[in-house]
Amino acid sequence: MNESSDSDKPLFGYVAEFSSASDLYHAAEKVRDAGFRKWDVHTPYPVHGMDHAMGLGKSWLSAIVLAGGTSGALFAVFLQFFTQVNLYPTVVQDKPTNLFTFPAFFPVTFELTILLAGFASLFGMLAMIALPQWHHPLFNSPLFLKFSDDGFILVIEARDPRFREEETRSFLAEIGAKEIESVTW
Amino acid sequence: MADNTTDQGAVHPSEAEDIAREPLVLNNRSMGWITDRICGIVENRQPFIWWVLFLPAVALSGCLAFTLFYLVSTGVGVWGNNQPVAWGWAIVNFVFWIGIGHAGTLISAILFLTRQKWRTSVNRASEAMTLFAVMCAGIYPAFHVGRFWMVWFLAPVPNANAIWQNFKSPLLWDVFAVSTYFTISIVFWYIGLIPDLATLRDRARKWLPKFLYGFFALGWRGGNRQWRHYEMAYLLLAALSTPLVLSVHSVVSFDFATSVIPGWHTTIFPPYFVAGAVFGGFAMVLTLMLPVRKLYGLEDMITAKHIDNMAKIILLTGTIVGYAYIMELFIAYYGGNKFESDAFFLRIVSGPYTWAYYCMFFCNVIAPQIFWFRWSRHNLWVVFVVANLVNAGMWFERFVIIPTSISRDFLPGQWGYYSPTWVEKLMFAGTFGLFIMLFLLFLRFLPVIAASEVKGVLPEADPHYPDWQKLREKRREKAAASA
Repeated sequence: MNESSDSDKPLFGYVAEFSSASDLYHAAEKVRDAGFRKWDVHTPYPVHGMDHAMGLGKSWLSAIVLAGGTSGALFAVFLQFFTQVNLYPTVVQDKPTNLFTFPAFFPVTFELTILLAGFASLFGMLAMIALPQWHHPLFNSPLFLKFSDDGFILVIEARDPRFREEETRSFLAEIGAKEIESVTW
Repeated sequence: MADNTTDQGAVHPSEAEDIAREPLVLNNRSMGWITDRICGIVENRQPFIWWVLFLPAVALSGCLAFTLFYLVSTGVGVWGNNQPVAWGWAIVNFVFWIGIGHAGTLISAILFLTRQKWRTSVNRASEAMTLFAVMCAGIYPAFHVGRFWMVWFLAPVPNANAIWQNFKSPLLWDVFAVSTYFTISIVFWYIGLIPDLATLRDRARKWLPKFLYGFFALGWRGGNRQWRHYEMAYLLLAALSTPLVLSVHSVVSFDFATSVIPGWHTTIFPPYFVAGAVFGGFAMVLTLMLPVRKLYGLEDMITAKHIDNMAKIILLTGTIVGYAYIMELFIAYYGGNKFESDAFFLRIVSGPYTWAYYCMFFCNVIAPQIFWFRWSRHNLWVVFVVANLVNAGMWFERFVIIPTSISRDFLPGQWGYYSPTWVEKLMFAGTFGLFIMLFLLFLRFLPVIAASEVKGVLPEADPHYPDWQKLREKRREKAAASA
């Protein structure tokens, strides 16, 4: 077991490596059942079914995207009616300058719906996963950094109410961790 | 509550001989190998041929800059388009480039929604191709307006004359469609890049790459609490991009279809343009990926199966395009409109551009039919030659549609012949230079294959399948037996 810590800094948590996606999946189920809250698994790709193993529900990013798309549609309708009917009515192609011109407004309404929904999915996602955050204690752990190559990593944070320095370490070893490292702030 | 998705008694689909699919990554490659191979392209020196292609591409991009400068400083009269052919190569090339982009979005969005896992090896490069193609496309309408410095009049912002844009015009729809398409394509591409940028960040040794990759990776930690929102964002963007990509070329076709010019005024245009765009785009993906996979040794990830699938899509869409060509002719005959039937008579029998029609028909409809045969889809030279014929054919298609329809106006006194000037030719070559230069820079600085997605299609990636080592052993034995 490595210690990458200066002993005077407070403990951030334990980083544990597992040997395969399947081991990590079953370990996650056990951590969930043990009642931990401040923990996560870090993998090179999204592991299928891991939300279930961790006891997480559906991501409600879709609600933000729906709101984004709706505001895009409303904005487009407003923009086109306000400029074409109120501000500057132009009679071209024998199309009316009132409500009945609506079919001609479909393409722009559609495009702006997609545009704002797309922005909502990018910025909504970043808000929900709390990025950008360029500095994080986990980046001090060489074991943790294997997540971006081929490592299957499980992290339990010290601020979890169920975290006990000795017990949690032996718990991780018990559920199959190949290697455990403690990380400081 | 234990999750018993692993049924120990049953045979896992990957193990069963009779229903086993061809593996997506060949030669039993591991996750570590995938990381090393993809990141190695960025981290190591580029092969000599990279420079051989890069320097002429930069020179051609310089030609593009020069011709644009010459155009702006002199006037659009340096182009060959005039009355009656007011839309020349500029619009032909715009439609050509924007069409190429469509394959990238098709691979990234539609194949994602339909769970075609083979897309993971080619989606990153195709999406990059989309972006660069749309950049090349955007140059043309922006300069075609004549006074480039007034191009901001296209944006719906108040201006000094208190004039507002005509939102009933297909040309303004096009502005919205293309700019939305470009923006959403960048967002989609960037979200896909984040995990791979994190990999490059964690591997970087020098401070500058570490800083830059780290900056754009946004501090990605690959936690499942991040992945679950990330996956939702990716799914939603795929769902948004799918109708978007269909809408973009439909709106481009409205530029023609909503006018009252014989040869343009047809309802078949939107589906016909979309099929053609996907067709031409896949040809360009193959044109780029065949050399790339060879040059960087990516044959284990971009396998014969991938090329076979793309060739089949080319065959399908090429046949749809062929159907559209024949249907256009049939409706011109059956519709009984004198002007319409004359326009098509001039196009295929006696007009000044019939040669272009037959070039188009051969390249787009006849040439891809060879892909009915399995051997041709597995012969890389055949695939490469047909893909390039399709590239040329799709350019001819736009040329056939645009100048032939307007070179013969309603009155014989308004007839004309259009041919491009050297400025247009050099500018078109210049956009190829820009396209190739940007693609080579992409190869140099960013991961060409979405490593995080390819890792997810390996046998050991499935957490419900703990016996993956058995499968690997089986495959190894099979390979040894056949060798």
